Amino acid sequence: MEARPILVLARKEFRDRIRNRWVLAVTLVLAVFALLIAQFGSAQQGVVGFRGIEVTIASLVSLVIYLVPLIALLLGFDAIVGERERGSLDLLLSMPLTRLELLIGKYLGLALALACAIVVGFGLAAALVVTSQSAAALYQYAGFVFASVLLGLAFLSLAVTISVYANDRGRASGMAIATWFFFVLVFDLLLLGGLVASGGSRGMGLVPWLLLLNPADVYRIMNLFAFEDLRAFYGLATVFPTQLARPMLLGAVMAAWIIGPLALAAWRFRK
Amino acid sequence: MANPAIEIRGASKRYGEVKAVNGVDLAIQPGEVFGLIGHNGAGKSTLFKLLLGIVAASAGEIRIEGTPVRGSQFREVRRRLGYLPENVVLYDNLSGLETLQFFAALKGAPRQECVGLLERVGLAQAGRRRVRGYSKGMRQRLGFAQALLGNPRLLVLDEPTNGLDPEGIRAFYRIVQQLRGQGVTIVISSHILTEIQQRVDRLAIMKNGTIQALGTVASLRAQLDLPLRIEVQLAAAPDAALQQALAGLAADIVASADRTLEIHCPRHAKMRVVAALAARADLVVDLQLHEPSLEDVLLGHSG
Repeated sequence: MEARPILVLARKEFRDRIRNRWVLAVTLVLAVFALLIAQFGSAQQGVVGFRGIEVTIASLVSLVIYLVPLIALLLGFDAIVGERERGSLDLLLSMPLTRLELLIGKYLGLALALACAIVVGFGLAAALVVTSQSAAALYQYAGFVFASVLLGLAFLSLAVTISVYANDRGRASGMAIATWFFFVLVFDLLLLGGLVASGGSRGMGLVPWLLLLNPADVYRIMNLFAFEDLRAFYGLATVFPTQLARPMLLGAVMAAWIIGPLALAAWRFRK
Repeated sequence: MANPAIEIRGASKRYGEVKAVNGVDLAIQPGEVFGLIGHNGAGKSTLFKLLLGIVAASAGEIRIEGTPVRGSQFREVRRRLGYLPENVVLYDNLSGLETLQFFAALKGAPRQECVGLLERVGLAQAGRRRVRGYSKGMRQRLGFAQALLGNPRLLVLDEPTNGLDPEGIRAFYRIVQQLRGQGVTIVISSHILTEIQQRVDRLAIMKNGTIQALGTVASLRAQLDLPLRIEVQLAAAPDAALQQALAGLAADIVASADRTLEIHCPRHAKMRVVAALAARADLVVDLQLHEPSLEDVLLGHSG
């Protein structure tokens, strides 16, 4: 494997997203939502204004779970299939590079664009709201931003996999939306439904592990388990055994969600 | 002896039940300008993808300058290889210059080449404009410039004159001639037969994934022995003596009007038929010889 073609491809993908203002648009959307949530996130409790970092993060997590997977899927679904439809894929494959280098280069460029938008967007919001926070609070916020980037990278990996498997862009976009529905909306419902149907008698021990099959759930757990009081507040502690609440374990699962789909894409794309 | 520029042995490519390329053997020598002719779907583009290692062959062996395609050494060969895919759409959001710079970086070609190549294909003025605003012919010329990055020793051009106007086509072949002078091996596919027949050293005719005929234009004509067509203008209606003389030479009169004759004659009888006509200077005013075109050859072979 050679680094140069990977860097050339990654630079092009990143520059394309800067030039067509994709990065700017996503950055602003995330920053504006984060500001609104910081200001009005507690309106239901009859309070307006910034109420501290932990409550803000808890509200932001709900936003990120909906928004970031969708943004990542839309960013990556045509990475390969788009080139194929244009006819430029053959040209790229005639260049002195391997298919794996092509895939990695594209992924890295898109990943950098996504990570930039998330870090700058949430960073901007934090700079505007959080004026006098303790170092610990900022550390927690940085952790939340980092986890959000990981969530984005996992769904970007799924998107690039879709773009390798799909025969045309239309189908790829359909598969991307279906993936979002499944992981963000349907998965938890199925899990909950299964629990209720079995009267909660069976599978209780299995549920926490099943949550690891969904990167969105892994992300939720990553964030909520950072805060002692919120854990109780969300009641998750009752279904989530503490032995799973280890940052290293959750980080490894998330890494698997980033690398696994990409490996599948590389396997499919190899010939 | 040096390796052939391209050596294909028993190459096949199957997509499910369809054999896009079926048992092709072909050797193209360094410095040769080679034409690949065939109808759409004959397997030309697939053969190109096989010899560039873009898709893997289902069977057979392909070597470029002695190096197996898709082998570990093939990356180096690719640096000196130029390819223009059929109907390629480049990146709308980049300028012509940026497009070349991107591919130059991928290929490891010097960035300084790009401006000169834009000039060479007649896009110097448009180089800084985005490809979105390019005409089809301009896009095709940009694609050709891309293929020339890195001083390739082998050029594979799939329908390169698609979308070019007559002046563009002439300009394209001027560059091809220059490259041939530099010893570059060039493989061109086309369906515009009259355009390619004077410009290639040899050609192959493909049909249903196989090579139906291979050789120089002259050798293909000779192999087929297609009859020549002779149009004769007469001062008066043809008389019996002339008709008899032609019949004796195995020349068929296929059409006869008031003062014209159309004759088909076998190649070997050509000079005798012409002599017989010349001997009747009292009657024959003018004559025109029509060699079978490559189009006839193609139809003869693959019809």
